[in-house]
Amino acid sequence: MSPTAKKSANPLPMKERIKVPRQLMPEQAAEERAHNFSEVNLGYSPELAQQEALRCLECAKPTCTDSCPVGVKVKEFVERIVIGDFLGAAAKIREDNVLPAVTGRVCPQEDHCEGKCLLSKKVKPLGIGYLERFVADYEKRMGTHVVPNVPPTGKKVAVVGSGPSGLTVAGDLIQKGHKVRVFEALHELGGVLVYGIPEFRLPKQIIREQLDYMREMGVEFETDVVVGRTVTIDDLMGEEGYDAVYIGTGAGLPQFMNIPGEHFNGVYSANEFLTRINLMKAYKFPTYDEPMLDLHGKDVAVIGGGNTALDAIRSALRLGARKAYVIYRRSDAEMPARAEEVHHARQEGIDFQMLTAPVEFLSDGKGWLTAARCVRMELGEPDASGRRRPVPMQGSEFDLPLAVAVIAIGTSANPIVQSTTPGLGTNKRGYIQASEETQRTTRKGVFAGGDIVTGSATVILAMGAGRRAAKSIHEYLTTGEW
Amino acid sequence: MAGGHVFKIIHAEFLAPGVKRFVIEAPRIARKQRPGQFVILRIYEEGERIPVTIENSDPERGTVNIVVQSAGKTTQLLNSLNTGDHILDVVGPLGKPSEIANYGTVVVVGGGVGTAMAYPTAAALKRAGNRVISIVGARNKELVILESEMRAVSDALMITTDDGSYADKGFVTDKLRQLIENGTRIDLVVAVGPIVMMKAIAEMTRKENIHTVVSLNPIMIDGTGMCGGCRVLIDGKSEFACVDGPEFDAHKVDFAVLVQRNSMYRDAEQRSLAEYQRCRTEAATRELEHAGAALPAGRQGEQR
Repeated sequence: MSPTAKKSANPLPMKERIKVPRQLMPEQAAEERAHNFSEVNLGYSPELAQQEALRCLECAKPTCTDSCPVGVKVKEFVERIVIGDFLGAAAKIREDNVLPAVTGRVCPQEDHCEGKCLLSKKVKPLGIGYLERFVADYEKRMGTHVVPNVPPTGKKVAVVGSGPSGLTVAGDLIQKGHKVRVFEALHELGGVLVYGIPEFRLPKQIIREQLDYMREMGVEFETDVVVGRTVTIDDLMGEEGYDAVYIGTGAGLPQFMNIPGEHFNGVYSANEFLTRINLMKAYKFPTYDEPMLDLHGKDVAVIGGGNTALDAIRSALRLGARKAYVIYRRSDAEMPARAEEVHHARQEGIDFQMLTAPVEFLSDGKGWLTAARCVRMELGEPDASGRRRPVPMQGSEFDLPLAVAVIAIGTSANPIVQSTTPGLGTNKRGYIQASEETQRTTRKGVFAGGDIVTGSATVILAMGAGRRAAKSIHEYLTTGEW
Repeated sequence: MAGGHVFKIIHAEFLAPGVKRFVIEAPRIARKQRPGQFVILRIYEEGERIPVTIENSDPERGTVNIVVQSAGKTTQLLNSLNTGDHILDVVGPLGKPSEIANYGTVVVVGGGVGTAMAYPTAAALKRAGNRVISIVGARNKELVILESEMRAVSDALMITTDDGSYADKGFVTDKLRQLIENGTRIDLVVAVGPIVMMKAIAEMTRKENIHTVVSLNPIMIDGTGMCGGCRVLIDGKSEFACVDGPEFDAHKVDFAVLVQRNSMYRDAEQRSLAEYQRCRTEAATRELEHAGAALPAGRQGEQR
């Protein structure tokens, strides 16, 4: 019966497994959570996790693992959940993923493991993300993760940026015995996980625990260092004596639409809006000093359809917004946001204005935003991205009254490292050139990955780049060959 | 806090009422600082991040001098710190350095505390072989800062006070106008100070076709280009003061937008300041009550 040769620990016959329904994720009620920053998803109980794990078909050729950017051995960790060996399951994930509590929460599983799950051809896919989160949280509660003890190699690696890709590199390389120091520009570690993703989706405590674990393993961290300004890549490779450098500085400058009125008070970039809330805790003003505009009873819109857009507008709702709109120029099908977030946002009452784009911001004449002039769109022929191009509809203009508009249409390359590192090749959009296979840049000993190479992408893709980089940095440090 | 090491204040002194200079241990920043750059700091865990002027640095000693003018809560709190205290986070040097070259004759204008930002640029321009004419302006005598420092790096130094309590009564623009009217050849004007001053200078030099650079001070958070909060309108396009600036061609700057955007949090800033001052007054009252009548009357004002 079983497609695997080895006897399965799963007591259910194949045809029974498909009959087990996907176990629902317990969550905070929508009307309640729309007013707080506590996590939306509450996590599986051990019983729910074991029940869900029973659904795994244990494919001989696991497409879930193949489609995972870091190659988590899904079948093997899920089997350990079936037999109740939750710590064993966590250890199995950690072989490939240093941040399971993070990816279990924010990874777009529908684009990777769950999207490729064989079950999804007939029924709902295995809840791989939920299971990953469960074992990571279980391990944390038990407080028993293993700190590997490896002999030092005497090699030093500098990691620039403490976001998901930098942390992955650091976690992988410390386990190979290299000395690793991570430099962070902000005062807090975690990069986008800290300044970008809100508490209700990824509690900061989870990042702190992951960082503590990395410190236990021996990773050193230094905040308040803007590489390119405070110290250069050449300084790190020269007088500071690093044998290799990994650049994972992340997404860069927020893009604006270049429409009239973007400088009005009340128009934010998503990065600024989220940084004020997540990093600076502006919503706790005046306990915290950083201010933000009071959103109580105000109408707020975000422009864009990605995860950042949804994070921003759902934050606005939690901060008391009266109306909270998503303005997106394409249709539902093209929205890049994670499916679960769109679902949660709709439950919470976010008003999706699809096939709509602002053409101008209007003000009260004193520089304060009062409305967005919008136009309705229809979908035309596919564009360069393969998605159907939105085309404005004649005479469809209307004004949407707004006190705050948040622009979440992506980012462009941050030039600081590139402009201060001679010989570091960039592409025509200003991102760092790096091999897709090895993450090597045009400078010997310098590697790069994540958003600073690809442009805005996801946490897991940045981690995937980090994994590849760690592997090739280790090779380089071992062989000395470039 | 940068990975265990702290930013210690090794010297602090008032240069003028409400204007304090701190010498801070920050070896990495001291090694890299160039004229025109600034730092962002955060005093304590709940604190905001604010951009602050670098007046000078000493790479050998590993120290950076910053100059802070009391305005809102954070700057008042900062100016209550003293030698031996620590600042939680200091990051920098941020922004592009001033473009230093031998332009010929350069007029460097410092308005109020802006003089601290103009000083290192004036010094570098002088070292680069320029004839440096400096104009320093302040509201009154007490608020004139860095006079001897500016004099040391200038071929000529002119000082104005709004009320005439020191040197010449008037504004920095009066001096610049005189220079222009006297037919002084001016190849570059660098102006750092209040927005109204920089705007007035820009308008004056635009007519004369004199290249003019101003250093802008918008609201800023990260200072690395990530948040876009510091965007300024330059020649009709959004640019970020932290990565594209802080210095810009004065003739392309939309000063009205800068004024408007800097007013965005005025209500919150006032509320923050009022609560801070109320707390300080209460603390001082408690202290007085504890100390009984033994304390001399002027105690509360002693901070300055």
